[in-house]
Amino acid sequence: MDKDLTIGQYYPADSAIHALDPRTKLIATLIYIISLFIFDNWGYVLGIAFLAAVIIISKVPFSYMLKGLKSIAFILILTMLFNLFLTPGTVLWQAGVFHITREGLKMAIELGIRLVALILGASIMTLTTTPNKLTDGMESLFGPLKVFHVPVHEIAMMMSIALRFIPILMEETDKIKKAQMARGADFESGNLFVRAKAMVPLLVPLFVSAFRRANDLAMAMEARCYHGGEGRTQMKPLHYHGNDVAAFVIICAYLAAAITMHAIAGW
Amino acid sequence: MDGQTKKIQEDAIVRVQDMSYDYYEYPEEGQEPVATRAVDDVSLEIRQGEFVAILGHNGSGKSTLAKHLNALLLPSEGSVTITGFDTTDDSHLWDIRQNAGMVFQNPDNQIIASVVEEDVGFGPENIGVPTDEIWTRVAEALEKTGMIAYREHSPNKLSGGQKQRVAIAGVMAMKPKCIILDEPTAMLDPNGRKEVIHAVRELNKKEGVTVILITHYMEEVIRADRIYVMDQGHLVMKGTPREIFSQVDRLKELRLDVPQVTQVAHELRKDGVDLPEGILTRKELVKEICRIAGITRTKPEREGTAANPDEVTVIQDRKR
Repeated sequence: MDKDLTIGQYYPADSAIHALDPRTKLIATLIYIISLFIFDNWGYVLGIAFLAAVIIISKVPFSYMLKGLKSIAFILILTMLFNLFLTPGTVLWQAGVFHITREGLKMAIELGIRLVALILGASIMTLTTTPNKLTDGMESLFGPLKVFHVPVHEIAMMMSIALRFIPILMEETDKIKKAQMARGADFESGNLFVRAKAMVPLLVPLFVSAFRRANDLAMAMEARCYHGGEGRTQMKPLHYHGNDVAAFVIICAYLAAAITMHAIAGW
Repeated sequence: MDGQTKKIQEDAIVRVQDMSYDYYEYPEEGQEPVATRAVDDVSLEIRQGEFVAILGHNGSGKSTLAKHLNALLLPSEGSVTITGFDTTDDSHLWDIRQNAGMVFQNPDNQIIASVVEEDVGFGPENIGVPTDEIWTRVAEALEKTGMIAYREHSPNKLSGGQKQRVAIAGVMAMKPKCIILDEPTAMLDPNGRKEVIHAVRELNKKEGVTVILITHYMEEVIRADRIYVMDQGHLVMKGTPREIFSQVDRLKELRLDVPQVTQVAHELRKDGVDLPEGILTRKELVKEICRIAGITRTKPEREGTAANPDEVTVIQDRKR
């Protein structure tokens, strides 16, 4: 449905993971992330095995998932290097001011595995859930916060409208860019600052247009009786099904196993 | 004409009485606001089932008037009553907006959801229709506007005319008594324009929905039941399309065009050809020309068929 959306990177496929309720996936992802912080040594094997199983069931190609990792590769390597060189402890190797310690090596490897598993775990959720469903799921899960006057429905509505307008604004950016280029604007040459400055004639019309659109949209929504979340019904309400119960049982069993192994065997 | 087969009820669904609207401009911080009268002392009545067009040049106040019919704006003076509810009465605001649906000019800026069917369901969701009924209403509304095949598509992939039909379906799903279309075709290409006007006319004819069409395209209004013409905030003309388009010179004064056929007939008449005023369709023009030329047609003329070259020659002979 949302194949053409650039963010969220939904990967359409017919799998058991895709069929789950978005709330189930959100909670399961949270549990999985918590589990990653329980492990010490061998526990990561359990975590990675679990992740691998989920990836296989989701039918999302692994190469597709790795693309998501590329963007964080720099941060990942940097964090690992810092841990590798700056952790005090038993020195294994030394060259000038640089030294690698046993503790540092362990920390860097652990952190690397932890981060990669965390990103992959979270991207499984965004890859198998349409942005709309994700928004619905969040609205439902954060519903109890309404008691504390958090405008949960409004935030969810803003998110889904933002998703709807991303392609429109992208197209508009492209149009403005071409129009400015036709009049001699140069977006490509010069250093970072020159180029940033060149973006001004692009951003100003874009913002003006975005505000105008927002104004129109607000009026159209009001004309269609929109008055916040109160008294509103849903066309596609969320329902838990049998497969969601099964998923909860599995993720809870996984968490229990993780805790037990950590407590008994020191994993 | 449509008016004869349609059921038009006597009671007014929209009643505008001596309505005026000022909008304020704030030139600078601390200065007195400058009031500009956008609509001045307008009165009109629209009955259930009618197809009414409101014409006017840019800045004539027609869009401002339209926004009053949905209680998006409230009159500075006078009153606006929709299905018996005064628009200034806050307690019936949602009744008014549900009964008088509104379609705007820019199709992109009025579609809320990323999937067609979810957008059509947006209105019913807001008025608290139960889930099952939303689904039936969405299917019905999409069926009526001929967009059912696109129900799971993303609106971004649709053409302008299709987007406007989705917007119309979105309004129809709220089961309104009347639809106000504020220049729905202004941003569309000729094909999209035809699509939208066709859909609107079908709704008026088959569903008996009152239609108020605001436009500056003359071709779209020749089949309306009644036309109002606005200029500089005033209601300057009203009547049937034939009555309005009989006054070509007056319309020109108001910087409005007339349909091409009417224009041709008007010019011929000025040159001494014995044609009546207010010819609206090509079919009528051909018929009149044949009458003058003394030709009686045996085969039925289809709308849009070009005139027979022989007949054109006859006219030229007469003129010479």
